[in-house]
Amino acid sequence: MAYPSSVEQTDSGGAAGTGRLAAKVVVNGADLARIVDRIAHQILEKTDGARDCVLLGIPTRGVPLARRLAARIEAFEGFLPPAGALDVTLYRDDLRLRGARAVGHTDLPPAGIDGKQVILVDDVLFSGRTVRAALDALKDLGRPRLVQLAVLVDRGHRELPIRADYVGKNIPTSLVENVRVRLTETDGSDEVRLEDQVGGAA
Amino acid sequence: MTTYLIKGASIVGAEPTDLLIRDGVVAAVGRDAAAPGAEVIDADGLIALPGLVDLHTHLREPGREDAETVMSGSRAAALGGYTAVCAMANTDPVADTAGVVEQVWRLGQAAGLVDVRPVGAVTVGLAGERLAELGAMATSAAAVRIFSDDGHCVSDPRLMRRALEYVKAFDGVIAQHAEEPRLTVGAQLHEGELSGRLGLAGWPAVAEEAIIARDALLAGHVGSRLHICHVSTAGSVEIIRGAKRAGIRITAEVTPHHLLLTDARAESYDPVFKVNPPLRTDTDVAALRAGLAEGVIDAVATDHAPHAVEDKECEWQYARPGMLGLETALSIVMSTKSLSWDGIAERMSRVPARIAGLDGHGRDPAPGVPANLTLVDPAATWVVEPAELASLSRNTPYAGMELPGRVMATFLAGRPTVLDGKATK
Amino acid sequence: MTNLEQSPDRGGITGHLLSAADLDAAAATQVLDTAAELAALSDRSVKKLPTLRGRTVVNLFYEDSTRTRISFEAAAKRLSADVINFSVKGSSVSKGESLKDTALTLQAMGADAVVIRHAASGAPHRLARWVDGSVVNAGDGTHEHPTQALLDAYTMRSRLGRLSGLTVAIVGDVLHSRVARSNALLLNTLGADVTLVGPPTLLPVGVDSWPVKTSYDLDAVLPTVDVVMALRVQRERMEDSFFPSAREYARRYGLDAARLRKLPEHAIVMHPGPMNRGMEIAPDVADSPRSTIVEQVANGVSVRMAVLYLLLGGQV
Repeated sequence: MAYPSSVEQTDSGGAAGTGRLAAKVVVNGADLARIVDRIAHQILEKTDGARDCVLLGIPTRGVPLARRLAARIEAFEGFLPPAGALDVTLYRDDLRLRGARAVGHTDLPPAGIDGKQVILVDDVLFSGRTVRAALDALKDLGRPRLVQLAVLVDRGHRELPIRADYVGKNIPTSLVENVRVRLTETDGSDEVRLEDQVGGAA
Repeated sequence: MTTYLIKGASIVGAEPTDLLIRDGVVAAVGRDAAAPGAEVIDADGLIALPGLVDLHTHLREPGREDAETVMSGSRAAALGGYTAVCAMANTDPVADTAGVVEQVWRLGQAAGLVDVRPVGAVTVGLAGERLAELGAMATSAAAVRIFSDDGHCVSDPRLMRRALEYVKAFDGVIAQHAEEPRLTVGAQLHEGELSGRLGLAGWPAVAEEAIIARDALLAGHVGSRLHICHVSTAGSVEIIRGAKRAGIRITAEVTPHHLLLTDARAESYDPVFKVNPPLRTDTDVAALRAGLAEGVIDAVATDHAPHAVEDKECEWQYARPGMLGLETALSIVMSTKSLSWDGIAERMSRVPARIAGLDGHGRDPAPGVPANLTLVDPAATWVVEPAELASLSRNTPYAGMELPGRVMATFLAGRPTVLDGKATK
Repeated sequence: MTNLEQSPDRGGITGHLLSAADLDAAAATQVLDTAAELAALSDRSVKKLPTLRGRTVVNLFYEDSTRTRISFEAAAKRLSADVINFSVKGSSVSKGESLKDTALTLQAMGADAVVIRHAASGAPHRLARWVDGSVVNAGDGTHEHPTQALLDAYTMRSRLGRLSGLTVAIVGDVLHSRVARSNALLLNTLGADVTLVGPPTLLPVGVDSWPVKTSYDLDAVLPTVDVVMALRVQRERMEDSFFPSAREYARRYGLDAARLRKLPEHAIVMHPGPMNRGMEIAPDVADSPRSTIVEQVANGVSVRMAVLYLLLGGQV
């Protein structure tokens, strides 16, 4: 998989390139590839060579991240751990506040998750509520031996006692800032950007 | 009895003048009309019309005094500019005997706000099976001249023929509610595109037209007078036009709501728009307006039909059909812009008075004429607020609408029933 | 009446579901897509989702319809809503409490959604004026049954892979059928071509202004369709001279084995149930592999879950 956008993203690291006043690229395409490689290595270390491992991405961007991690593990170890998707929409505790969202796809490997080491994968760890919803969803789907969490970015501001086992990059943020993760699969290019909420974010 | 001097009124749209009202009649008309001690009413800019006459009013008393009484309905009528109303027979008990019609007539006299002329039922209990005692009602104190089973059609052709013939003896007229009942079983709404879409059983135009055609032929055959209630379709207008051309003694009325509203109102399923016959289409509305202007349709009649809240705040098909009309009729007719002041006087006063045989009504204010008249401010507008209507019921289809024309005063036999836009009692 | 607001932010439907016409193509597709995801979840061991925990769904049924009530009840319970079943016997105002008074009671109970089945067309529209919660039309008189149309569309899409461009014949008593009305509207919205087939007495006046074709000749229509849907025909209609006899009806409009052979290879046979076997559909047709009648029932739960989720999921 090529990451052609990395050069462009580096170029547009300043505000002028995107027209947004307070956007700053904090992880470019090449950084992101290195981060994924590192997490893949860490998973191998901490899960006894990723045996009985299932990588479950949380939609939207956790899903391609889980697949990339699986692909890197295959590159390093020669076997492809199963990867899937775990949609948590129906388990969210903020539906009343944010409105009914389109339900995403849940896609479990055929062997299921019972007795497996499940690694949840998401792009950004923030309040921890998404992960809580994922843990609830997981318990309705089976009984893993162990559950771990891998995130590309930890931006702080936790509202629940949840921590990640694998963190690509810690980015301390203010609450008025937004962390925008872009992935080639979903957004056409790879980068992580810190945006001022007024200036850039949706 | 107070003497009134109405200053500066335009009689049926003519040049402004003064009217002196004394001892129940118009005593003088003209700039020299004056009398010492007369109460002066400033009618500058107002139109004086002969008091309106409604051929078709439901006053609900006796039986449903929660929906309307003779008193409350009379008040509504006076506020609408009416000086005479014909009270329909479908009360409980039905007005099918001299006793009931006299009771209604006396209640009207006691209320004293409008001349209440009871309509007698054609058949006993409106059941359409045998004739009620039409002669007894005609010779009662109520002096009934119009007979109608309104709400029900006299659908048996033989019975209809007999009724038409029988009332000739006392110059009566049968007012037919034209609805072939076999074609309207369960009917809820004009049969058309909308009834099909809304899943409401259709009320086809032909059910009205077939009865009008049949009854016109019957009336012609026996040489009787026939009146058609609440004509609602373009086809009916055509049939009546043809019957008149053929010399048949047929008259017809149209309601204000059929001159303004269409079945599209039913889309909300709000039963305030449920009425019988149902609201029709734009084509029908246009034909009714043209027929009225032309005189094919002789009169505007309100079909004022008060209903208690629980009979309207419910599912469409369980709701009773009918709409309030007395207080809004003149404004609705004005809003259609299809009649001049003379046309309004003709269709809402003179002709209906003639049909009902009311000699004291329907006469333009002139010296010696009974002082039954109303003063209208043509420049005023008002917004219909159901709770502010004088009727005990609230089922007006015009809620929230801004309408032209406001009745400022009404006189019944020389006494004011409305002054400054308010009922005098 | 606009009952459903589209909001790009929320990407969903809000308010009420009174008519299939309330759904535009995007909203209808969202319901079907959501139902598909929910259907996938129904295979797992724990079927229940916590999504609507603490919400109250009232099934207000003025007509007996065990299958529809159970379908909505199962849908609401799988989303962890509290379900109150409120059956009202007798349907005239003279008997018992008025719809408005019942509505005020439900309002006071804090119903988040009211699923209403009623013999009077438009009753859900009236109810929607009197309660704050979402009103879902589960069949009103001879008007509409939008969730039935959604589950039918779902069934067609899952069997045939698409809706756009499908040719669908709906056969029988269209005049009195709420299923036909909702299907005609929804399928048209989703790009299918609908032909209503029946004797002229059972096609509504004004049907020519609907976005459908009509035909009196079932045999001429069958070779061209992807879906044929038989509507329930009540025998009482015979007494009212809509058609002369059950036998003549079955002969002219019943789906039997001979007619099944006229269908294209891939075409499916649908029926909203309950069936009059031998009248509008022959037993061997109802039980044939082309029949989706059992699937329709299963899909009903997923579709109703999707509707409840999308209406209630975001309600504050």
